[in-house]
Amino acid sequence: MASAAHTITKAEATAHPPAEAVVVRFAGDSGDGMQLTGGQFTLSTALAGNDLATFPDFPAEIRAPQGTLFGVSAFQINFGSTAIETAGDAPDVLVAMNPAALKTNVDALKPGGLIIADEGEFGDRNLAKAKYDANPLDDGSLAKWQLMKLDISALTLEAVKPFGLGKKEALRCKNMWTLGLALWMFDRDRQPIVDWLKAKFAKLPDIAEANIAALNAGHAYGETAELAGPMQKVSIAAAPTEPGLYRTVTGAESISLGLVAGAQLAGLKLFFGGYPITPASAILHHLARLKEFGVTTFQAEDEIAAICASIGASYAGQLGITSSSGPGIALKTEAMGLAIMTELPLVIVNSQRGGPSTGLPTKTEQSDLYQAVYGRNGDAPLPVIAARSPADAFDCAIEAVRIATTYMTPVMLLTDGYIANAAEPWKVPDMAGYAPFPVSFMTDAPGEGEAFMPYARDEKLARPWAIPGTPGLMHRIGGIEKAEGTGNIDYAPENHARMTEIRRDKILGVDVPDQDIEVGEAGGRLAIVGWGSTYGPILQAVRRARAKGLDVSHIHIRHIWPLPKNMAVLLRSFEHIIVPEMNTGQLKTLLRDQYLVDAKPLNKVSGQPFMIAEIEAAIEKALA
Amino acid sequence: MNDMTPIVTAPKDWETDQEVRWCPGCGDYAILKAVQRTMPEIGGTPANTVFVSGIGCSSRFPYYMETYGFHTIHGRAPAFATGIKLANPELDVWLVTGDGDGLSIGGNHTMHVLRRNLDTQILLFNNEIYGLTKGQYSPTSREGTRSPSTPFGSVDHPARPCAFALGSGGRFVARAYDVSKQLPDVLKAAHAHKGAAFIEIFQNCIVYNADVFAEFTDKKNASSHQLWLTDGEPMLFEKGAKGIALDREALQLKVVDVVDGDWQGAGVIVHDVKNRAVAHMLVEMRFGPFPMALGVLYDDPHPTFESAVVAQNRELSEGKTPDLQALVSKGQTWMVEKEPRTE
Ligand code: SF4
Repeated sequence: MASAAHTITKAEATAHPPAEAVVVRFAGDSGDGMQLTGGQFTLSTALAGNDLATFPDFPAEIRAPQGTLFGVSAFQINFGSTAIETAGDAPDVLVAMNPAALKTNVDALKPGGLIIADEGEFGDRNLAKAKYDANPLDDGSLAKWQLMKLDISALTLEAVKPFGLGKKEALRCKNMWTLGLALWMFDRDRQPIVDWLKAKFAKLPDIAEANIAALNAGHAYGETAELAGPMQKVSIAAAPTEPGLYRTVTGAESISLGLVAGAQLAGLKLFFGGYPITPASAILHHLARLKEFGVTTFQAEDEIAAICASIGASYAGQLGITSSSGPGIALKTEAMGLAIMTELPLVIVNSQRGGPSTGLPTKTEQSDLYQAVYGRNGDAPLPVIAARSPADAFDCAIEAVRIATTYMTPVMLLTDGYIANAAEPWKVPDMAGYAPFPVSFMTDAPGEGEAFMPYARDEKLARPWAIPGTPGLMHRIGGIEKAEGTGNIDYAPENHARMTEIRRDKILGVDVPDQDIEVGEAGGRLAIVGWGSTYGPILQAVRRARAKGLDVSHIHIRHIWPLPKNMAVLLRSFEHIIVPEMNTGQLKTLLRDQYLVDAKPLNKVSGQPFMIAEIEAAIEKALA
Repeated sequence: MNDMTPIVTAPKDWETDQEVRWCPGCGDYAILKAVQRTMPEIGGTPANTVFVSGIGCSSRFPYYMETYGFHTIHGRAPAFATGIKLANPELDVWLVTGDGDGLSIGGNHTMHVLRRNLDTQILLFNNEIYGLTKGQYSPTSREGTRSPSTPFGSVDHPARPCAFALGSGGRFVARAYDVSKQLPDVLKAAHAHKGAAFIEIFQNCIVYNADVFAEFTDKKNASSHQLWLTDGEPMLFEKGAKGIALDREALQLKVVDVVDGDWQGAGVIVHDVKNRAVAHMLVEMRFGPFPMALGVLYDDPHPTFESAVVAQNRELSEGKTPDLQALVSKGQTWMVEKEPRTE
């Protein structure tokens, strides 16, 4: 997991892959409930004390035509008794609910891995939709894997027969049957899922009971010796974990919680302006339920109105927050410039997805770094922070609020579709351990004959926050260049030069902590420098390479702008630098620009996260 | 903060020390004066008043008002106003926009602020031209308008601001013009209306579109071409010699002659500001065959957006203590008592 709670032994690091970890992928039609199955399996796995990471991978279509290749929805989970940092390179087990799911996922399966296929769905029609000429379950084409054919559809129908459901409804219980089997395979407790089903279908007790029956039937199927052959019960011991209270969290949840925590630490009410967009909407959904924390959510008419309303709320004394994904962030750009010019606090969350344009709405990418750092008209700097994992996003959100309110500036928080949707165990933070950073509004009216100076500055170069409703501090702000101090409109060349420098220096002066090293030494032959959700695969790859004696370190940057002050010295202490990114080399370019170092790119833009092996290979090649 | 005790002010208390930078003779000056004259009369408090604008000549307005002011970006003032009002519903929020700002680039936001019924006064200065960018035709320019971007005359149909406002769900729609002496009264009525109050103010751009409204604003045309509406009063113009009646056959308005003051006999309609159906006819009434309808066309309050948001926030927070530690600990959790393995 990405929480640093896990300790890893040398033996574990050398294991390749760690022997105590298993990767399971559930794949089916988007109507088959695979994300639900995956989510519940994740929960039971977490409860069993395993460390885990997940990767939900679903189609952009809401209801893609049934049985088609593009309608396949998959959920991968990697869990084990050692520290797990990624959703796993290759599955050990693939559950394929139809031919399309088999076809689109089987190539990822490890040689010798296990396929569990719902034979009942492998009729001619579905085979044709998946573009199979012959039934792969029978023609020997799956010989390099172990194959278990089960008629899950028929077995489910049989199990739920007593409840008198229609065939369509009865077949909806298939995912629970499959989950039951998976729970048996990995020796998991069924009770939490039974409880969850009862709560979920509290108003439809028949449906709840049918699902529970399917779950139990799947489990019993595994248990009774009916099943000989490849399917074996596997026990995965609990992972080494720091004691404490744990829960699972997705990035969208942890960002929402972090923003609420940040607002509370700042002593502000939170105003969130949003507009529906994948994968960012989940943050709006979470916050809409937290009204008792002083949260107001506003679903605006468009992305522009969402950010503008948030800036308006900040102007009036709340913490304005907006969130979107690449195309929506592009629409908000002009308003970000205004927030920079008027120096108001604002947090902009970008859940990145594949681009450009509409791109790949449900797939992940890290290709908005240029947009975040450089993408505005004029010299328009703002701080940029990138979360590395769902759990890390909580602290990043608090940090974004702290910087925004301390420096009176918009802050961009980068996350991505993978972080937003993926779940991982999270050690529940002790909120008493977070130091508050209360905001104080300007309230002192100037003395007789003196004028209020809305563009005066403190030692951090921040200007006062004087909100409407405060007597004696009436003033006007806007996007036209301001005179230093008075804030009056001023087009004078030397004033614009001065103000441009102040805006730059204020951001460059943000108190960013020094960059530390995740693994390895602060100098040597090779540094792997990453940011965002490549954290897991880089960390594992570097650990494995080091276990083989290779001189390589992992540096993972949270503060993309301004960069940590020690970064120059740090990077120059390495002979080689490789920057793995899910884009065509954006951080690489930034580092080259800032430090004149020969950073080399390692890029992946397929909409899928890096595999550990891909980074490991790059390390070995660089050090060969 | 937010001391709501009304204070006594004079128009000059609402003036800033900033040099006003509109072209000499621009209609904006008269509107500014009318607003500054209105504020003391409505018992406004400078510290609790916010003027929000977009971009354009009209949008410089906030700089000249001794209140809180936010000169934002092109077309988006309604969105900023929404955030401001939701964050602090006690503030008296005024929106200043133009025909380009409010109906072209910002048409979407104008529609939604009206639909949601945010309590704000929306002053749309309509001069039927882009002034600040030097004279291009605008969405309210009449067909055939010659401008730098339409040297052979514009060919598209103009938007009608009041029809747009009413169609968007507006609950207060009014009209006036820059130098009309009734403008302060219309502003007062807009302010008294709780909810989004939309006022189209015809404004003379003497540089790029001079006298485009002269047909009804000129003194010599005023009586024959202006229909000032008053709630409960018959719709009369031309010193009572003409009136507006309903053509019952065609279900549309018509101009009728009133003989010897017998407007009842002529079937002249008595203005009812709450009658939405008649309001629809008034905003569609074509100038030329008809006079220009001015004053308060429609005024029928409805619960406001910010009051609904505040009420829901309050209702859902009632009896709940915001416990951050409990919030982060929510969901299905598990306890790890001790390190499960020891090396
Ligand atoms: S350009 Fe027209 S609208 Fe603008 S200030 Fe000059 S006269 Fe007024």
